[in-house]
Amino acid sequence: MFVIGERINGMFTDVKKAIQAEDPAPIQELAKRQIAAGANALDINVGPATTDKVGAMKWLVEVAREAVDVPLCIDTPNAQVMRVGLEAAGGNAIINSTTGEEERMAEVLPLAAEFNCPVIGLTIDAEGVPRDANGRMEIALRLAAACMEQGIAMTDLYIDPVILPVNAMQAVPEEVLKSLGMCKALSDPPPQTILGLSNVSQGTLYRELINRTYLVMAVANSLDAAIMDPFDDDLMEAMITTEVLLNRNVYCDDFIKAYRR
Amino acid sequence: MPFTVPKERWTAEVQTVTIGATEAEGGTRTSTVTIGGDQSLPFLHFEGDTPYGPVIAVEILDEAPQGWPEPLAEHYRDVWGDPAAWAQKAVEEFGADMICLRLASADPEGTDASADDCATTIRSVVEAVGVPLIIWGCGNDDKDNEIMPFCSEAAARERCILGSATEGNYKTICASALADGHLVINESPLDINIQKQVNILVTDMGMKPEDIIMYQVTGGLGYGVEYAYSILERTRLAALGGDRMLQMPMLSIVGSEAWRVKEAWQSEDEAPEWGPLERRGIIWEAATATLFLHAGTNILVMWHPQAVSHVRHHVAGLLSG
Repeated sequence: MFVIGERINGMFTDVKKAIQAEDPAPIQELAKRQIAAGANALDINVGPATTDKVGAMKWLVEVAREAVDVPLCIDTPNAQVMRVGLEAAGGNAIINSTTGEEERMAEVLPLAAEFNCPVIGLTIDAEGVPRDANGRMEIALRLAAACMEQGIAMTDLYIDPVILPVNAMQAVPEEVLKSLGMCKALSDPPPQTILGLSNVSQGTLYRELINRTYLVMAVANSLDAAIMDPFDDDLMEAMITTEVLLNRNVYCDDFIKAYRR
Repeated sequence: MPFTVPKERWTAEVQTVTIGATEAEGGTRTSTVTIGGDQSLPFLHFEGDTPYGPVIAVEILDEAPQGWPEPLAEHYRDVWGDPAAWAQKAVEEFGADMICLRLASADPEGTDASADDCATTIRSVVEAVGVPLIIWGCGNDDKDNEIMPFCSEAAARERCILGSATEGNYKTICASALADGHLVINESPLDINIQKQVNILVTDMGMKPEDIIMYQVTGGLGYGVEYAYSILERTRLAALGGDRMLQMPMLSIVGSEAWRVKEAWQSEDEAPEWGPLERRGIIWEAATATLFLHAGTNILVMWHPQAVSHVRHHVAGLLSG
């Protein structure tokens, strides 16, 4: 599993304050701690901290890049902010994200080709998020076709079938699980799969339990990557255990410790 | 229609390890050995680089062996009983890349040599040859824990490989290796899960992955060696897949395992259909070694000079593509 740490996001108060005060220390500490906790990459999202999205993204990416050399996942719907983030990341980034809408793909996919970096494609179009797995696959197919036209390798396309909060949309988690498996039949080699995991538990009482349970189910259904909280030890350990049970990592008695080496 | 060779894409490689320390590095070795760095399954040059090929360590004992078959004994009889002379012969006449010194005399069931005696032997071999050394205890845990600190110190700063750390007995040998600047062999049964666990335990002691060689106990050709092949290959696959706790280079014991089997030593009177004794053991050892090469082993520990020569020829061919 490829873990993208979710914590550098202006929605969190500590990050918001650091962006507003232009204080790099809390950001760099969050960056390093997430990697130490097992993240393979870091999501970078300015969030609602400021109206100067371009300036804030540039600053945030530069500050994170000083602290860590892992891929930075530039998280913005705005193509101009995306370009600034990709430039600041120094060639080691992931685009988060495009939808399946023609105009969004036309803006974002050329950036993936230009910066030679992976891109996350959300199964959303002008109608919004489809109700079921088949609807998600229609958009995934459009995303895959558009990437092929741009010369983007399927292994560099991460399909995100968009998980929604279980308390509001209880049928969605199962449809998303089906979508993950269906993504793997889209092409050979198939695209990768990704989820913004914490969405599943938004607004619920037992967030960690729901996140953890759903991650296990998703990993067992062909999930390759997740934007998630690496500081949640129980979540990380459930993921590591699932991969051992699926024979993706070699078992040993200290398999948690082995994964973290 | 043009044929495209299907290629696997790997994300990681085998750990590169250097054995032996020259004067510039605080030791007295005149040559060092670097292994690992493999980026594909063995010898698949079209999929990845093999920056350093496999190497051959010739195994010597610190006392005269008992019951060696004549085709083997005839090459060593003049030097056994003198480990320094034996080591020299193995390097100068048989071209050993390394010497694997087995402290058989320490065995409490046999000669029961003291730690001092073993340390003296080691000093003599260190002086006699310039190649890197593997120093292996007698296989009795209690006795090895007694002698290995002295043996390690006798070769301090030479960056030898000390054998061996096991799941149940690893602390003393790791402490010695850390104190004296050596590597360790992490030994397990033929079991990738236990091998990985030993690697965890030993790195927990403070040993760096680049100071570790893996050894899973295997047999000779005809004695379950297909299973050994599959486990060693799986270990290499895990390394290439990015499992840091299985990325250390591997060592295989070939000589003693091949010559242990009856096909290698039974007389022509007893088994005339097996062909001449003088060639059988050599073929058995060379074939066993070749199999381990293709499973991904990096260090072959061998006995017979002609088997060494055959395998060296084979490796040269494989490396040249």
